[in-house]
Amino acid sequence: MKPLLKVENLSIRLPKGADREFAITNVNYELMPGEILCVVGESGSGKSMTANAIMGLLPKAIQVETGAITFDGYNLASLEEHRARKIRGNRISMIFQEPMTALNPLMRVADQIGEVFLIHTELSKKQRHERTLSLLKDVGLPDPEKMMSAYPHQLSGGQRQRVMIAMALALEPSILIADEPTTALDVTTQAQILKLIKELQEKHNTAVMFITHDFGVVAEIADRVVVMEKGQMVELGEREAVLNNPQHSYTKKLISAVPPLVAPERPLLAESAPVLTVNQLCKTYSTGGGWFSKPRIVKAADDVSFELHRGETLGLVGESGSGKSTVSRCVVRLLESDSGEILLGDDPIQALDAKALAPFRKRIQMVFQDPFASLNPRKTIGQIIADGPIAQGMPVAQAMQKAAELLALVELPATALDRYPHEFSGGQRQRVGIARALAHDPEILVADEAISALDVSVQAQILDLIEQLKQRLNLAVLFVVHDLRVAAQVCDRVIVMQKGRIVEAGVTKQVFEQPRHDYTKSLIASIPGADWRSGKTTGHAKTLEKAYA
Amino acid sequence: MSIQTLMYIGGRLIKGAIVLLVIAVFNFFLIRAAPGDPAKVMAGEAGATDELFLQQLREQFGLDQPLYYQLWVYISNLVQFDMGITYRQQMPVFDLIMDRMPATLLLTGAAFLMSLLIGVLAGVVAAQKHKQWADSFITVAALIFYATPLFWLAMMAALFFSVYLNWLPSFGMETVGANLTGFDRFVDIMTHLILPATTLGLFFTAVYARMTRTSMIETTRMDFVKTAIAKGMTPNRVTYRHVLRNALLPVVTLAGLQAGQLIGGAVLTETVFAWPGIGRLMFEALFQRDYNLLLGVFFISSAMVVLFNLITDVIYCVVDPRIELSK
Repeated sequence: MKPLLKVENLSIRLPKGADREFAITNVNYELMPGEILCVVGESGSGKSMTANAIMGLLPKAIQVETGAITFDGYNLASLEEHRARKIRGNRISMIFQEPMTALNPLMRVADQIGEVFLIHTELSKKQRHERTLSLLKDVGLPDPEKMMSAYPHQLSGGQRQRVMIAMALALEPSILIADEPTTALDVTTQAQILKLIKELQEKHNTAVMFITHDFGVVAEIADRVVVMEKGQMVELGEREAVLNNPQHSYTKKLISAVPPLVAPERPLLAESAPVLTVNQLCKTYSTGGGWFSKPRIVKAADDVSFELHRGETLGLVGESGSGKSTVSRCVVRLLESDSGEILLGDDPIQALDAKALAPFRKRIQMVFQDPFASLNPRKTIGQIIADGPIAQGMPVAQAMQKAAELLALVELPATALDRYPHEFSGGQRQRVGIARALAHDPEILVADEAISALDVSVQAQILDLIEQLKQRLNLAVLFVVHDLRVAAQVCDRVIVMQKGRIVEAGVTKQVFEQPRHDYTKSLIASIPGADWRSGKTTGHAKTLEKAYA
Repeated sequence: MSIQTLMYIGGRLIKGAIVLLVIAVFNFFLIRAAPGDPAKVMAGEAGATDELFLQQLREQFGLDQPLYYQLWVYISNLVQFDMGITYRQQMPVFDLIMDRMPATLLLTGAAFLMSLLIGVLAGVVAAQKHKQWADSFITVAALIFYATPLFWLAMMAALFFSVYLNWLPSFGMETVGANLTGFDRFVDIMTHLILPATTLGLFFTAVYARMTRTSMIETTRMDFVKTAIAKGMTPNRVTYRHVLRNALLPVVTLAGLQAGQLIGGAVLTETVFAWPGIGRLMFEALFQRDYNLLLGVFFISSAMVVLFNLITDVIYCVVDPRIELSK
């Protein structure tokens, strides 16, 4: 079979001042008709760069240095713009990561899809309308007639991505490039979108180049896999071969960092008095509303109750909008709950004013999701860590001394003390975030999606660190997490939330192996690549198990 | 328009009326707080300084009453849409303002349209030629017009185009004593309009140009623009169908701000160019301490601001489907 698209010796130069000279170096691969080729790599690996070069979407400052991209007798790397436009959106089309922002907010869905016909075909207005309608039906959107005149903001993330897919497949292209199309979606929506792409790909025999960082997704849909590291192509092979018998050390490292979907057996914790008790917590958000209109009310936490014990990791899992972050923020009193009880040990803290709360604050500390936004860029790492204890009355010299000790604890060099956050990577910053939380010697650590902004290999390191610290300092950890693979590995117990309510709670192994609630079942069934690595224990899990032993 | 939208607009009108009433009370005290006495000004002009005559004048205008009573009279007349009689011309304030309204609206309206058109166009060109000489030229020109005081610009323009080049008339709205009619009169007014409208509009032209440029450049980086390019569109089509519409949203807000000044915002220009509009009327009323007239102009100006705020919001809801008026 002749390849549809050939990437040969492709090198793309980055502008001066970038962290490396080339975005990608000597990349070679072929895309066969009707196959799904997954391009996998961590952030900064250059995995999207080739796709952008194929589409002619490279920023002006970035140029193809050498090599060729051959498609249908053309070299896309050096094709004149007016010819490239005829191919773009017509023979090769693309969908993007962020469905929320990828559609023009001011144009109706039908107009945005219809535009593709308008540009590339001679279809009449009526024909365009009919074709658009049938596309909306094909991608499984409910009530396609009504969808036609909807604006993007009236659609959910998953629906918007379906519109994007409809738009991309409008002219039945030979190649569909999908750049992390499910990364921004919830796990159940992701499963639906992956299924849709696969179905449409089989129906039209489209070749798909699927860019992702998630090996679960690879296991779910790939035929062949390309692994990228720092602009180099390190491995290329059939899915089974790459996933189960990786050759390159980087691939091995990446795959072993993916938490397996089996919850390990955990020792039961000794009965102890809870360090945190939450009783019937309720929190509602109301938006809008004024003199003449009623506000819209969303129940973010609805009758939520749980207990947290020393030495325990409790997972709060659920999709976006389930209220898991709201609960964690109410517990540390960053948000005020409407009703319910929050007890630290035996002390109720939900009604204390700021002054009375101050001494309790240090007992419960938080690690935030975004390591880039959660550290003050104008302060040194030392100041960031020492700030809390100083505010609690510790002398400055002693606080700085403590900050130095904490840096050692989170495995950062002591020289970091006088440096600023921008000098550190995401993983390192998250270590600083943890050190900052630990500066108060808390009993409870609340980690709100503390690893979801990190690459998978870094995730594993941070998880290990939190686990070790928990053991060493006998912490209780409330872990807010949307990634069920992570939850399965690190949590002793999990609470599953949906629309502000707890639908299921129990020992992790039990919840994963015998889920009782339908929602939990659908969540677990939606995890991409659920069948892959469902039995094996990996290096990562072993370290975690060791830590638990 | 849906019931909800009408309800919303109705609600906003009621709110607006309350706001206007508060403004009217505030204006009342503001004017009384300024030094000066209308009776003295008028008596002075009549050449009389007789204390009895002053007393008569004060009685005639109700200025001898206690302040709270004067306020009560003013507000209770106002809610019946009666703004009183001017001290000087002895005409109803409302009639006098309406008399001057067309001239002002012609001037400010022309300035408004001009600044919107030229400003947005300049902004689009600058954004498209980002970091080229056309961009630098427009940016620098916009900065200069943005920073230059209006009255100085007006005087310089009059000096250069009227006195030095003798191209355009430097004052008034029509040639005095020419008694032109029909098309000739139209041309006459237009030539008189050019200088004041341009100087008045320059500031906002600069603001629109800068705003449009920034907004265009920002919007160009949005994901949906990438989607549009990935569809295979020509750059021009991407710019006008996708970028421009989104980039104009913040410009609408500013245009609403400028539209609110359609009546009260031309005082300086009207004074420098002797334009017979409301601005000059207000300027004169200020010197004569003509309380009723001043309050009338203030009130009408505030009403315009409140009205155009509402209109801006309605327009916003039309151009941006994400915004719902009922919320």
